Amino acid sequence: MIRFQNIYKRYPNGREALCDLSLHITPGEMVFLTGHSGAGKSTLLKLIALIERPTRGQMIVRGQNVTRIGRRRVPHYRRQIGIVFQDHKLLFDRSIYDNIALPLVIAGLPEREIGKRVRAALDQVGLLGREKRSPIELSSGEQQRIGIARAVVSKPPILIADEPTGNLDPELSLEIMNLFKRFNAVGVTVIIASHDLGLIERLGNRVIRLSGGRLAAATGPDGRDAA
Amino acid sequence: MAATPPRATRRPGPLQLLRGYVIRHVQTMTGALGRLWQQPLANLMTVAVIGIALALPTGLHLLVENGRAMSGNWSSTVDVSVYLRKDTLPERVVAISEELADWPEVASVRTVPAEQALVEFAELSGFGEAIEALENNPLPDTLVITPGEGYTDAESLVALADALRLVDGADIVQVDTDWVRRFNAILDLIRRTVGLSAFLLALGVVLIVGNTIRLDIENRRSEIEVTKLVGGSDAFVRRPFLYSGFWYGFGGGLLALALTFISLLMLRGPAARLAGHYGSGYTLSGLGWSGTATLLAVSALLGWAGSWIATTRHLRQIEP
Repeated sequence: MIRFQNIYKRYPNGREALCDLSLHITPGEMVFLTGHSGAGKSTLLKLIALIERPTRGQMIVRGQNVTRIGRRRVPHYRRQIGIVFQDHKLLFDRSIYDNIALPLVIAGLPEREIGKRVRAALDQVGLLGREKRSPIELSSGEQQRIGIARAVVSKPPILIADEPTGNLDPELSLEIMNLFKRFNAVGVTVIIASHDLGLIERLGNRVIRLSGGRLAAATGPDGRDAA
Repeated sequence: MAATPPRATRRPGPLQLLRGYVIRHVQTMTGALGRLWQQPLANLMTVAVIGIALALPTGLHLLVENGRAMSGNWSSTVDVSVYLRKDTLPERVVAISEELADWPEVASVRTVPAEQALVEFAELSGFGEAIEALENNPLPDTLVITPGEGYTDAESLVALADALRLVDGADIVQVDTDWVRRFNAILDLIRRTVGLSAFLLALGVVLIVGNTIRLDIENRRSEIEVTKLVGGSDAFVRRPFLYSGFWYGFGGGLLALALTFISLLMLRGPAARLAGHYGSGYTLSGLGWSGTATLLAVSALLGWAGSWIATTRHLRQIEP
């Protein structure tokens, strides 16, 4: 599904975020990225979403080499990736419905189809019936669930999340993670950056640990080493 | 509450695609208008600035057009006077008068005999006593010629005068076309000025809209970022701003139209009085349908252009 081959990422300020990183995430897999701040977790996710471009190396996503695809093709590429942010990135001047509908409006779906899908996504995150409200009225955990609903509403094959539980208490965090597990269970490839090690271990998925922009260790779903 | 698996969406046909495209454009268009309504005061100010900027050249244009029409109207009241040589016999005067009346560029010929001319002159000039002291009548017989329809512009009048000078018996031919020419020269100058100011003001409108859209882009930065993150193309992000620019321009055009209309109503009375003094029933004319359509189209286009420049320059810089 996603293959990194000797990826380097150096930022304009000279900081080397990723260094000779190679990894492979198989279709339908759920993977956690961990490591200290600055280990390269966020950079890795940004590369997958083509928010950043690798300095060197090859990146193959769904059989397509996306290392150097043109600027104009990026929007279309991004439509196959749902992105969840730590700070939700919701638009507070719009209703919950409009927030979730945005990817579908962009894709040009007819209004009725959009309505159906938005309600289905809200149902999946357990917030059905709130679509007319503003996201500002919601708690942080609920806002994050709206963010997830927006990420999955267009049914992307890949879902990436950067510290989705960073601001939540343990109970809410587990709830959010279980939500991701449910999407993974129906075939979505899920990649989550998180430093909540305790929570990650409980979930028992593959964990990729980064350190200083390199692969530090990888643990398989059953605790065995795996890369 | 079960999650749905990813599934390939059915590919819509070309007709459906076109329909969706049109619907999306109409939605964006009305959406942009709705967004402008959310801040009516600030946006009305922008529209007012554009409207005033556009009303100025529109009004001046109308002034020139009316001036031209008026001058055409006035020159029809211009007569050509042919003073015949003193030695012309009365029979010859009648003959010349009849000959000229047959010319296509001549509408009518009025003969003013020397005696009548002297009486009129004595009455009008106040030199009655001095004239009575004269032994002979110094004035010649005169033919007053009214040009025919279609021969009242300055050039035709000059040509007519030239032809009249060649008539046997004609001494002096007088036609007062100078003021018509001067008036036309002034109108020409004003027209150039209107063109120049229209260009500068149009540029101003483009800059006003461009700047407004630039601020709008700044204010909606997060929205643009999120839209790009969930796969919004440049065109998609740009579209609402282009339509905002369109509405600014269109609104400004409507306001300019209203301002010109009001000015016209206010000027109609005095203009009619002025025309009355010249013995003409001329009334001010407005923009007309084509003028109205042109004004609205041009103003909307200017707004669109301003927005286009602003979005081209600034949207690229906002990347997630």
